[in-house]
Amino acid sequence: MAITAVEAADSRPVLLGREKVERGIGIALLVGVTIWLIWNFIAGPVQFVNVALAGLRLGAIYALIALGYTLVYGIIELINFAHGDLFMLGSVFTSIVLVKWFGAGTGSLADWGLMLVTLVIVMAMCAGLNITSERVAYRRLRRAPKLAPLITAVGISFIFQWFGLLLNGSSQKSWPKVIPDGGLVLGPVTIDWSTIIVIVVTVPLLLILSYIVQRTRQGKAMRATAQDQDAARLMGINVDRTIAFTFALGGAMAGAAGLLYLETFGTTRYDAGFQLGLIAFTAAVLGGIGNLQGAVLGGVLIGLIQGFNDGLPYGFGQKWSQTVVFTILILLMVFKPEGILGKPTIEKV
Amino acid sequence: MTATESSPASTRPGEPMLSVDDIALYYGNIAAVKGLSMRVHKGEIVTLIGSNGAGKSTTLRAISGLIKPRAGSISFNGERLTGKQGHEIVKAGICQSPEGRRIFPRMTVSENLDLGAFLRNDKEGIAADRARVLELFPRLADRISQKAGTMSGGEQQMLAVARALMGSPQLLLLDEPSMGLAPVLVDLIFDTIETIRDQGTTVLVVEQNALAALRIADYAYVLESGSLKLEGPAAPMAEDDEIVRAYLGG
Ligand SMILES: Nc1ncnc2c1ncn2[C@@H]1O[C@H](COP(=O)(O)OP(=O)(O)OP(=O)(O)O)[C@@H](O)[C@H]1O
Ligand SMILES: [Mg+2]
Repeated sequence: MAITAVEAADSRPVLLGREKVERGIGIALLVGVTIWLIWNFIAGPVQFVNVALAGLRLGAIYALIALGYTLVYGIIELINFAHGDLFMLGSVFTSIVLVKWFGAGTGSLADWGLMLVTLVIVMAMCAGLNITSERVAYRRLRRAPKLAPLITAVGISFIFQWFGLLLNGSSQKSWPKVIPDGGLVLGPVTIDWSTIIVIVVTVPLLLILSYIVQRTRQGKAMRATAQDQDAARLMGINVDRTIAFTFALGGAMAGAAGLLYLETFGTTRYDAGFQLGLIAFTAAVLGGIGNLQGAVLGGVLIGLIQGFNDGLPYGFGQKWSQTVVFTILILLMVFKPEGILGKPTIEKV
Repeated sequence: MTATESSPASTRPGEPMLSVDDIALYYGNIAAVKGLSMRVHKGEIVTLIGSNGAGKSTTLRAISGLIKPRAGSISFNGERLTGKQGHEIVKAGICQSPEGRRIFPRMTVSENLDLGAFLRNDKEGIAADRARVLELFPRLADRISQKAGTMSGGEQQMLAVARALMGSPQLLLLDEPSMGLAPVLVDLIFDTIETIRDQGTTVLVVEQNALAALRIADYAYVLESGSLKLEGPAAPMAEDDEIVRAYLGG
């Protein structure tokens, strides 16, 4: 007893000291960034706001994709490498349904209704594809060593890309957009129509998702399955269906992101999922993988970081965009490995 | 005289509620249980005892559909359970408080109890059962909004039993419900099991604490290395010195 007490007394101050240093560095970094932001704001307030809005728009799209990573990781601890490509397919499906089938993009008022219908269709298509990949591949590997489903996800990523290549061809394609250029003019600031639409679509989706997970029976089943599959079975929860449902939710969000991306940037590429997927995955990790609010926060943060870095007078510029994002990710992982809102893994039993 | 081979079925009239017939259970290629048959009749407390690794938990897992028997069959109220999935077996009326408690650590006590009633729609019935389990375990009422993972081992054990009861099962499977409890609480748990039975739930209980289990049980099965060693009415078994010494570590 006496020995352990002495040991405890010995080791505690040391630990506390290190924690203090880490917190100090963290706070110093935050203060530095804040000063840098204020500096930029003073140098050009209008530009600052415009850049922030563009960052927010991008961040909302990242957030929608990041949710798919975090939902699937949260329930079966799989990093779904194919998820970025599912997003890419969402944008390609949108180009096919909205432009080729519905002939939207002519500037008529009916386009808006067609876009809404397309949103529902594309969300359903991506949900269906995600369920299919779970049913055909991951479900069979649920009891296999962790590497097997991971490699399978890489394989599915290639299948999705091939599918995108088939539908979209090997080069980038441009499409007419429903959302017109320009935006809402508020004094010196112009809020792009696309920014407004992205927010108007994303916020309700996030609220619905949060309602499903927190309040519904299916959501309860998801949370229980995420914590202990066998215990969930003993409660009468259909675990297979619950996991499939989770894939459906993630897929639907990726589909919505695909549509919003196309309506913002107007292009499709068969390999667009790689880079965006990677950044959205980073967002999920940054926010704390497995945590839904974390994914949204991470997505918006990375969108803003990229926006500020690429667009502000004292930023590093667009070619440094990825470097800055990943530097920030690495710094965060050093100081807070579980992510901003993630729980330390000790809690996981 | 021993309680063995005395055509036990004759002492238990009527159709069995749960009937396990000649099942073989494997983990990979390793047999955990071979040729086990057992019966549980309505209104009974039946205990399944045996030393560590005998296959008791494996048997309960098979009844709940968490592992599939390689041979043999399990039926409940005349309906075949083999081949059904876990959630379908809960629907049929069998709930389990598993070994190691397996409560949902990041949910509150209250949410854990709600999940126990996941398949039920009868609001009044659920409320009544909630009141009943909180009366059985007043400790849980005190901690109703605490995260289950932060409770003490004994409290978690109570929660596991309470959660299983929230499913309002016809048959309750308990895997070592006295595990990790202080002696006073062990007595309380065994009293509670009797109360649960008196309130109309049939109980199959696995216990390390064999003598205590035999005291409250009507009928007992003794497993050894995955095979049935003994079966018979519980009371005489508890009094048989030879059996106690040989199988129950008495
Ligand atoms: N997941 C598993 N994989 C491989 N073997 C297992 C697994 N679970 C149990 N076993 C083996 O099956 C046999 C029976 O285990 P079981 O858990 O049913 O024993 P038990 O009677 O419940 O023991 P205890 O009293 O210690 O809980 C043991 O030999 C055990 O090592
Ligand atoms: Mg056991």
